Amino acid sequence: MTDEVAVLGAGMHPWGKWGRGFVEYGTVAARAALADAGVDWRDVGSIVGADTVRGGYPGYVAGATFAKALGWQGARVASVYAACASGAQAVNTARAQILSGLADVVLVVGADAAPKGFFRPPGGDRPDDPDWLRFRVLGATNPTYFGLYARRRMAVHGDTLEDFAQVKVKNAALGALNPNARYRKRVTAEEVAASAVVADPLRLLDICATSDGAAALVLSSMEFARRHGAADPVRIRAVSTVTPRYPNTVLDLPDIATDSAVAAEPAADTFRASIARAAYEEAGVGPEDLSLAEVYDLSTALELQWYEDLGLCGEGEAAKLLREGATAPGGRIPVNVSGGLASFGEAVPAQAIAQVCELTWQLRGAAGDRQVAGARVGITANQGLFGHGSSVIAVR
Amino acid sequence: MSRTRTPVVTGWFTGEGEEFRLLGTRCSACASVFFPREDAFCRNPGCPGGELAEVPLSRRGRVWSYTDSRYRPPSPYVSDPELEWRPYALIAVELESERLVVLGQTVPGVTVADLAVGMEVEVVPGVLNEDADTTWTTWHWRPTGVTA
Ligand SMILES: [Zn+2]
Repeated sequence: MTDEVAVLGAGMHPWGKWGRGFVEYGTVAARAALADAGVDWRDVGSIVGADTVRGGYPGYVAGATFAKALGWQGARVASVYAACASGAQAVNTARAQILSGLADVVLVVGADAAPKGFFRPPGGDRPDDPDWLRFRVLGATNPTYFGLYARRRMAVHGDTLEDFAQVKVKNAALGALNPNARYRKRVTAEEVAASAVVADPLRLLDICATSDGAAALVLSSMEFARRHGAADPVRIRAVSTVTPRYPNTVLDLPDIATDSAVAAEPAADTFRASIARAAYEEAGVGPEDLSLAEVYDLSTALELQWYEDLGLCGEGEAAKLLREGATAPGGRIPVNVSGGLASFGEAVPAQAIAQVCELTWQLRGAAGDRQVAGARVGITANQGLFGHGSSVIAVR
Repeated sequence: MSRTRTPVVTGWFTGEGEEFRLLGTRCSACASVFFPREDAFCRNPGCPGGELAEVPLSRRGRVWSYTDSRYRPPSPYVSDPELEWRPYALIAVELESERLVVLGQTVPGVTVADLAVGMEVEVVPGVLNEDADTTWTTWHWRPTGVTA
């Protein structure tokens, strides 16, 4: 168990398709987080940017790009890339600097201006790149992987299309309450069923869109928080950034094959389950202690998978948990009360940071109409391409 | 017009007809199998490291899961924008003796309606796409018993 860091401020740029650059989104989110923290940018000792590969060089050096936009003030800088786990690695980098005494206050920013439609690899012939190969050789888009997982759940656990649709119904109802969400309309199961199939068995409304968006956090040492007048701040107690264990036997983005299990037995936990387990161990809490969870619902079916991987229920019991209403507002463990990616869409470097923003507002009791009563412990779960774990536990 | 038949990737499959096989590599020290082929280092962290030798994979396996692509994938997937998009199915196939799962397209004409988890499939040679000079070849999965 490591020491805690304080979350002094959280901020976002609303998500959507705004047609502007990621620097503008990130700067808006950063300014909002600084204002929320009551911290002057010139007093921030370090800035960590989560990279966006679509911004060319400024995106690859996101930390410095945001520092310039906010006004050079000499802060320490870092830029991190871990695909969808970039935000969690940015939080972890900031936390490591604070706990090691390198910085008292750190600004973490992630922002993206995503293209319409499918994510795709950058141009050029790159047959040594697994991500390029899965598109060139198989046309295997991200939704096809979500479709594989969904069909597998139906075959092994008996999940139904109606179960998947109910995840969307739940998350859309919550997104309707969130001013930062891109989609703010309730959705019915009939509307999910009537939407076009994208990757059998999943339909358009089962799969998250690509979006523009940004999120930012101001993190500090507990000592700084006390001096700053924040006697009881939301605290980050764990950040899981684990990699898989060989052999990784669940087919995952962007690979076209799994590891072979002929020479070594697979770990008892899958990779996704090990992400959460590492966070629980570091935080000294378990699934029974959670007030809420923000999980990476790239598809409705994947949200159900996370229920099991987070230990909210046993293997194969996720649809039952959903049907009981346990993961809805007022339930035992509400999941994606922000509205989730179903309501936000993907802005890759921002999404893991946005999950922590939601935990922060919930744990402060400041989440308005979507507030989980008496929230004390929250977890985020997420995963980055090529084996990046991502989970954060925050407490109050 | 005669096009050159060229594998879409080099060294991943070989042979024609009944002799067609996916090619992986096997570590001489720990027996781990790698597909796509791993030619530099064995990736088993518990292995002292052995020679990696080419090995043909099993022809048959069972469906781990399947899906399809109802929308045209972006480049570098190659498709003719002039032609109406026709979805292809993808199958993830468990190979029992190698204990791994390999993804692939189905043979043309087999759709998700024809598939079920656990069904036996076999690997067959296929064509990915053609351009003016080249027929790009690949592997396809076909349910056993289907001969079309
Ligand atoms: Zn080996």
